[in-house]
Amino acid sequence: MIRAWLTQHGFVFFLTLKRLISTPVTSLLSVVVMGIALSLPTGIYVLMENLQSISGQSINSPQMSLFLKSDAKKEDIDKIKQRLEENSQVVDFQFVPKDVALHQLQQSNGLTDITTHLVRNPLPDAFIVHTLENTPEALDQLQTVMQKWSEIEYVQFDSAWVERMSALLKLGRFVVLMLATLLSIAIIAIMFNTIRLQILTKRDEIEISKLIGATDSFIRRPFLYFGAIQGLVGGVAAWAIIAFGIETMNKELIELVKLYSFDLSLKHLSLEDSISLLLFSAWLGWLGARLSVASHLWQIEPN
Amino acid sequence: MISFKNVSKRYPDGYVALNNIDLSVEPGEMVFLTGHSGAGKSTLLKLIAAIERPTSGTITISGQNIAQLKLGAIPYLRRKIGFIFQDHKLLFDRNVFDNVLLPLQIGSFENHMMVSRVRAALDKVGLLKKEKSMPIALSGGERQRLCIARAVVHRPSILIADEPTGNLDVDYARDIMAMFTSFNQVGVTVLIATHDASLLEDTQHRVLSLKQGKLAA
Repeated sequence: MIRAWLTQHGFVFFLTLKRLISTPVTSLLSVVVMGIALSLPTGIYVLMENLQSISGQSINSPQMSLFLKSDAKKEDIDKIKQRLEENSQVVDFQFVPKDVALHQLQQSNGLTDITTHLVRNPLPDAFIVHTLENTPEALDQLQTVMQKWSEIEYVQFDSAWVERMSALLKLGRFVVLMLATLLSIAIIAIMFNTIRLQILTKRDEIEISKLIGATDSFIRRPFLYFGAIQGLVGGVAAWAIIAFGIETMNKELIELVKLYSFDLSLKHLSLEDSISLLLFSAWLGWLGARLSVASHLWQIEPN
Repeated sequence: MISFKNVSKRYPDGYVALNNIDLSVEPGEMVFLTGHSGAGKSTLLKLIAAIERPTSGTITISGQNIAQLKLGAIPYLRRKIGFIFQDHKLLFDRNVFDNVLLPLQIGSFENHMMVSRVRAALDKVGLLKKEKSMPIALSGGERQRLCIARAVVHRPSILIADEPTGNLDVDYARDIMAMFTSFNQVGVTVLIATHDASLLEDTQHRVLSLKQGKLAA
């Protein structure tokens, strides 16, 4: 029973491959169209993933930097510490003395050359403050309070940047979703039409198969396989387009980052995302074929 | 095996193809169905394979009332029947072997069994040497024999033939009739529709005659 089932599915699988290969130009064109359509939203998604990982962790934990006046003394620092401890809005803070800040600056890429030429340390002492709330209003309010402290030169607060970044990512996600939806519908439509044409050319075969006892699922099977396999190959094409795109961009980036002695390269699709892409594209092909079969096959009844 | 009770078939355009037919074919019997073209022979055969559904009456095949058969059950009924179509209904995009293979693929046979069954069927009709040929390259008589091989390859208990000797010369027709007789001798119920009176001249089998949708006594 299982062997007969395997025989049947194996047969249909190879029959489908044979059909795909027997019309190489048509198959290739369909695969390329599907590949390009899928690579567009997936490509933007990959770029966004990279952007998010480059922009770092600061997105989810807003922090303020309090820079003290450059002539601040030990007493001033203690005063600020005490005030921060008393403030209910402050969850946690960290004191960064100017020497440490300079050392960190020397460690960071790209600036080594600059810092070695410095005669004296231009950096102020600073506090890094993590706040309880992260709404822009609360942060703004806190900023105003701290700015009034006489020992403080400047309160820097990267909420604007954080907000812009997360708004940009949100927009990006929306664009990906919209493109993915529209292009998925396009792929389903392409597959619907491909299968419709196939059903028309296989009219005799379908009719004769029905006459000699083929069940609907037997007749449907080669078309569904065709849809799924072509969808899968389209997904592979999309993956290849993205991989090629990232490789090319990385080559360009190498030139760019060399100038800044900076380490940056774009990451490829993760294994999970790659598998999801392939499964999704196979499913799209299958779905297009399934809808087409459902709306065309019943019209062919032998008489 | 096959039984019709008060079976009528009226087409949507009002044409009455069969009118109140009663008949019964015993298991292992061989029966001829004769009559002019348009007498309803093809319709009667199509009703047996549920290709057409009766307007009224009951049709029973091996104890199963097929007038009430659900759509999903029709394929399994057809697998019990080997049907030789008047217009052959061969697939011209595949060779002789693959044409005969089709009923086995549909019936989920196992791979190793299929090849030997197909060869056996082709051998029976004398087409074993042509298994790689395309149907287009076959003569009319060979196509008819190919159609027979396809109808018997899954060893159905009922064999139905619609004008199997239609355009064949006498020698070919005699060969083909001999094949049907040999299938009948191994227990297959055979029903043959023909308007060719020469086939019926010296037959010992039952002959049913249809006239304008009615069975003549």
